[in-house]
Amino acid sequence: MKAAVIQFPGSNCDRDMAVALEKSGADVSIVWHKDAALPKGVDLVAIPGGFSFGDYLRCGAIAANSPICNAVVDHANAGGYVLGVCNGFQILTETGLLPGALLRNAGLKYICRTVGLKVETSNSAYTEGYNAGAEIGVPIAHHDGNYFADDATIAQLKGEDRVAFTYTDNPNGSRGDIAGILSENRRVLGMMPHPERAYEDAHGNTDGQRLFAGLMAQLANA
Amino acid sequence: MKARVHVMLKDGVLDPQGAAVKHALGALGFDGVDGVRQGKVIELDLADGATETQVGEMCEKLLANTVIESYEIEID
Repeated sequence: MKAAVIQFPGSNCDRDMAVALEKSGADVSIVWHKDAALPKGVDLVAIPGGFSFGDYLRCGAIAANSPICNAVVDHANAGGYVLGVCNGFQILTETGLLPGALLRNAGLKYICRTVGLKVETSNSAYTEGYNAGAEIGVPIAHHDGNYFADDATIAQLKGEDRVAFTYTDNPNGSRGDIAGILSENRRVLGMMPHPERAYEDAHGNTDGQRLFAGLMAQLANA
Repeated sequence: MKARVHVMLKDGVLDPQGAAVKHALGALGFDGVDGVRQGKVIELDLADGATETQVGEMCEKLLANTVIESYEIEID
């Protein structure tokens, strides 16, 4: 499985993401934001967390218009897999690959701690390693993770079983307690919590491992 | 020519910063404020030949996220 981790000025979870993918068995390359094309044969694009372009204008807005993001959008539209974590989720909403937007946390504070997540669906390459309804612990670290979409979009996401994760105790005001959502073809996942920070025993929690393992199993067959 | 773009969160979109400003005003004794919405102003120095239509495209593509924000363009 070939994976590309996109690096923007201000990305800071790129290495963690690459390590989690490598330890899961992927062949990983780091791709700079000014590149206009992805490496040939890439199965998965991972957009890591951080503060791309200093969060100027809006979180993810400048990154979403960088040269590499056109290639990421083409990759997704051609049926490729894309995982966006934290700032990566914000970037995916800004590109329009995922609906909605991430607003400032309702409590206005930056929150950095492990939160409880409920796996809402096991019907995706990312979540098939979990039982639907399972509760896991995954760290969050964000100031703008308050998921917003209009009523029709929220109803559509729920109706199409596209809510991947919800918070068991909503930390940031997200509508419907939403922590992560899937695209219509279920191959693009955006989530605010960091599964790559709950991967190794040294992290104190390995609940994120199954997300990568499931993805690897799915893409090995692709 | 200058363009001034006013970007505001749409009605119905929670504005926690506006709510915090309202709270702070109340703490200072300003009781006459029923609501605060915080937005941003972006000033553009436009080159000769740039049009208001182009500024509209800039807003749609980058300056505002129309999922959550509305914008108004003022041309000087």
